[in-house]
Amino acid sequence: MTAGTGEQSAAVTVSRPDRPDVVFVPRERYHDAIAELKAGGFEMCVDVCAVDYLSHPGRALPEGVAGERFEIVVNLLSLSEKRRVRVRVQLPDSDPSVPTLFDLYPGTEAMEREAYDMHGIVFTGHPDLTRILMPEDWEGHPLRKDYGVGRVPVQFKEAPGPR
Amino acid sequence: MSDDRFYSRAPRRPWSPSETSEGSQELLPAARGTVAHSVGSVLRLPEGALDSGQIDVERDDETMIINMGPQHPSTHGVLRLMLELEGETVLRTKPVVGYLHTGMEKTGEELTYVQGATNVTRMDYLSPLHNELVFSLATEALLGVTLPARATWVRMLMCELNRVSSHLMWMATNGMDLGSTSMMIYGFRERELVLEFFEKTTGVRMNHNFIRPGGVAADLPDGWEDDVEIICDTVSERTYEYDELLTGQPIFRERTEAVGNISAEVAVAMSATGPILRSTGVPWDLRRAMPYLAYDQVEFDVIVGTYGDNFDRYSIRLNEIRESIRIIRQILEKMPTGDYRVQDAKVTPPPRRRIDESMEALIHHFKVFTEGFRVPEGEVYVAVESPRGELGCYLVSDGTSKPYRMHIRGPSFVNLQSLPVMLRGGLIADAVAVISSVDPVMGEVDR
Repeated sequence: MTAGTGEQSAAVTVSRPDRPDVVFVPRERYHDAIAELKAGGFEMCVDVCAVDYLSHPGRALPEGVAGERFEIVVNLLSLSEKRRVRVRVQLPDSDPSVPTLFDLYPGTEAMEREAYDMHGIVFTGHPDLTRILMPEDWEGHPLRKDYGVGRVPVQFKEAPGPR
Repeated sequence: MSDDRFYSRAPRRPWSPSETSEGSQELLPAARGTVAHSVGSVLRLPEGALDSGQIDVERDDETMIINMGPQHPSTHGVLRLMLELEGETVLRTKPVVGYLHTGMEKTGEELTYVQGATNVTRMDYLSPLHNELVFSLATEALLGVTLPARATWVRMLMCELNRVSSHLMWMATNGMDLGSTSMMIYGFRERELVLEFFEKTTGVRMNHNFIRPGGVAADLPDGWEDDVEIICDTVSERTYEYDELLTGQPIFRERTEAVGNISAEVAVAMSATGPILRSTGVPWDLRRAMPYLAYDQVEFDVIVGTYGDNFDRYSIRLNEIRESIRIIRQILEKMPTGDYRVQDAKVTPPPRRRIDESMEALIHHFKVFTEGFRVPEGEVYVAVESPRGELGCYLVSDGTSKPYRMHIRGPSFVNLQSLPVMLRGGLIADAVAVISSVDPVMGEVDR
């Protein structure tokens, strides 16, 4: 598949005419689309990150893409052709989960853990989906827009004093 | 686990091997220390598993799990490793990060684009100017402004000087980790030269907030050419002293050659960039591959290694200092005159003297520093080559004066994933040297 509209998957993969390097795929096609891109020469997955569009629902999206609360943005890089492609997937608030890319790109392990930690995106099939930056017993996902900044419970307040 | 293909050492190379200026670079078989990587290198245990009672000490497989860090002097900050050992051989490793996490991406959503550079500059504290650069480039891409030539070249000068200082710092700490305290003193001594110039230009030694959306904060000081000339001459002369001290020294070579090997396939699969990827023979440098600023107008070589071991990573960094100096010398000749920031009152504050005489300038000044400037709606990913690899910034704007989402793709964070692969099969005594050769900056790992 070339970046942009793939031949056989044109019905479900959308890209903006002015930005052929940004590809929108539905959640069901996410793993397959990235596997096709990998076979098409994108050897490296540079970045996986999540965006919470809770307070910015009316963002500009191409025809045929319904905006959901979460979005996964995957940046792929082709070392041989020296170009990038950005895959954007919409995830609903009710079930923010996608298949992991670990089987295609093992380097996504830490990035997916970060997206899980910060946004609560569940990557099904991930070998070790645990918190990476926050403490393991932390509650909530800090980069979500409805995370209460300034209302973080004080840690260790029950701990005995120094003496 | 069916990802054997990522750990195989078959010399399959999807990119053209003839892309370096030195001709074709073939991947030779690893010299020694070859380990079957097919069993996986990453230890997946809960972080609390080292508490007493969690691990069965009576296990009969003769391995033990030890904890290294986060307060270990050679883990370059607060990196913690859980190492599975069989005797003195490291089997699997789990890097545990997050001890320096301060939520800078969340903070970035609360700061305007004007203030944003002060935030990102604190991420990778050894190359702060690259952080500011990638944030500014992303903002400018959304704004659609074109910079005056001098702003671009000043940025390039500062970034290359920063690469020199960052690599010098790495030479210093790497020398320290390998027991060469003289190298540490020399590395810091030379880095000081660069930091003094930074202080003269930006006002501070680190966390400069010098590169800002719209240009740079100030023009170069008078006589900057002489200062830069002295830095270039001194540092390039002293890199040859490092050659005598380290490169040719048998003990140093013994401790770095064939230690921490990684193959090109694994490095690509693990998304490693920067000196780690180049040490495996992949000629990938964003300055060359996807030029930003004015890197297409200067001549330099992309340094690649062959074996992907510690020594390759050492020599790549040493030679990158020389290449950076080569770039800086060209910048000295080609530095254009003109504005050092874009003359757009909506983006950059007016000059101080204009505020006293113009009401409009006063209003613009007030607006820029209180409300900031509005950035058109959109999203953009921009990447630059920091001393550690690809430093990316994914910026989403909702049309207000604060980023809706600012994600930094930290090269140290991603490169740390290659560490278990490099450590596997090596000695625990070499672990310190391998950690050092990854060059993780924990401020950027944890952000």
